[in-house]
Amino acid sequence: MNTLLESAITALHLITSNDPALAAIVLRSLAVSALACVLACSAGLLLGSWLGVARFKGRGAVLTLVNTLLALPAVVVGLLVYVLLSRSGPLGFLGWLFSFQAMVLAQAVLVLPVAIALSQQVVSDAQTQHGEQLQSMGANPALRALLLGWDERYALLLVLLTTFGRAISEVGAVMIVGGNIDGFTRVMTTAIALETSKGDLPLALGLGMVLLTIVLLLNVAVACVKNWRERVETQAL
Amino acid sequence: MSQLDFMPWVQIDNASVRFGRVLALQGVSLQIRRGESVALVGSNGSGKSTLLRLAYGLVKPSSGQVTMNSTLRQAFVFQRPFVLRTSVLSNVALAVWLSGAPWAQAKARAMDALSEVDMHTLATRQARTLSGGQLQRLAFARALATQPDLLFLDEPTASLAPQAKRDVEALMAQCTARGITLVFASHNLGQVKRLATRVVCLDAARVVADKATAEFFDHALPHLAANFMENEAL
Repeated sequence: MNTLLESAITALHLITSNDPALAAIVLRSLAVSALACVLACSAGLLLGSWLGVARFKGRGAVLTLVNTLLALPAVVVGLLVYVLLSRSGPLGFLGWLFSFQAMVLAQAVLVLPVAIALSQQVVSDAQTQHGEQLQSMGANPALRALLLGWDERYALLLVLLTTFGRAISEVGAVMIVGGNIDGFTRVMTTAIALETSKGDLPLALGLGMVLLTIVLLLNVAVACVKNWRERVETQAL
Repeated sequence: MSQLDFMPWVQIDNASVRFGRVLALQGVSLQIRRGESVALVGSNGSGKSTLLRLAYGLVKPSSGQVTMNSTLRQAFVFQRPFVLRTSVLSNVALAVWLSGAPWAQAKARAMDALSEVDMHTLATRQARTLSGGQLQRLAFARALATQPDLLFLDEPTASLAPQAKRDVEALMAQCTARGITLVFASHNLGQVKRLATRVVCLDAARVVADKATAEFFDHALPHLAANFMENEAL
């Protein structure tokens, strides 16, 4: 208990003293996850919205595949991206292995199914309720997907925040493709794993606290968006 | 008189519509001609809305044939109009833009249409904050802005307050006065009497009567149509 208390005090001191090592790791984590989410959501929200509206043969199979990929373990994604980026892999020529870009790519691949599946569900519900009316005005499926996606922008904002939460808290993929190199590819989750194995609990705890705070802030943001949306919707009635 | 005056604008020949196991329409034949105001009546689930959607082209027939004059502009007003989370003006302009007009022109036409339904003062308001009656007038503005020849309406006054009902009926009357052909589903027989030139009665997915309005209300009806009239009068 004493060790835990002492570690927590040291961790707080590290955070409040703006420790450069800690700050670098935190900033790198935020940058990797934010960029991965922007990339994954740019494609995922569009693709998911389109899947929510389009009706074609094999759509059910595509949706089943996407939903299955939701449960994709981070280490498996890491392994796949590792194979792709390794010197003998198809993307080996990029020379990205054990780099910032590799971590962004791995996290983007990891959260892409989340962005597709959740946005598909949001837009599919909207399509069921309102798609026919847009169709009657002459909107084709692609336009309907864009219009309904835009109309459900607050729900899609929640999808974006959810993907960020998933990305920033994963450890397996970035560990494999980033290599946890100090000053280059070390992020919060990989640093926590390393420092814990080294027995440096204060730094691990400090990072853990920052990570928890970020996830907490994210959840507060999600709740705020939800409340604001409900308030706007209620006022509209 | 042009050839368009003689040819049916919409012709449905022996069409059936099936949604999975449910037969929503069975062997329906119907013609809609220029200048008519056709009311579709019938109890809940009789197939009125499906017939409207079939005539509009939103639903494809499982069998039979639907022929529409492709040169005509048509619009649809739904019972509960859907509006996007944006201003009243943008909602109307979007419909015009989707019909093929450039955005600047769409906004000008949208403003004119909003004036026609007496909603120009609400142009900048968020559409989702409108009342039921205002929403239905917005839906009319959206339809009128596309300058339709044919206007389809699915129970446009259902669940509206009396004053809003009167406003919507006045708009429907304005449409017929402007020469717009109307096809509307309704449960309100008074409204049908006031606005329709022809009444098509449906029962259990079939058309059971298709008569001029005066004839429908004043003369003996086929058994099923008479049943519907009796039930509605209760």
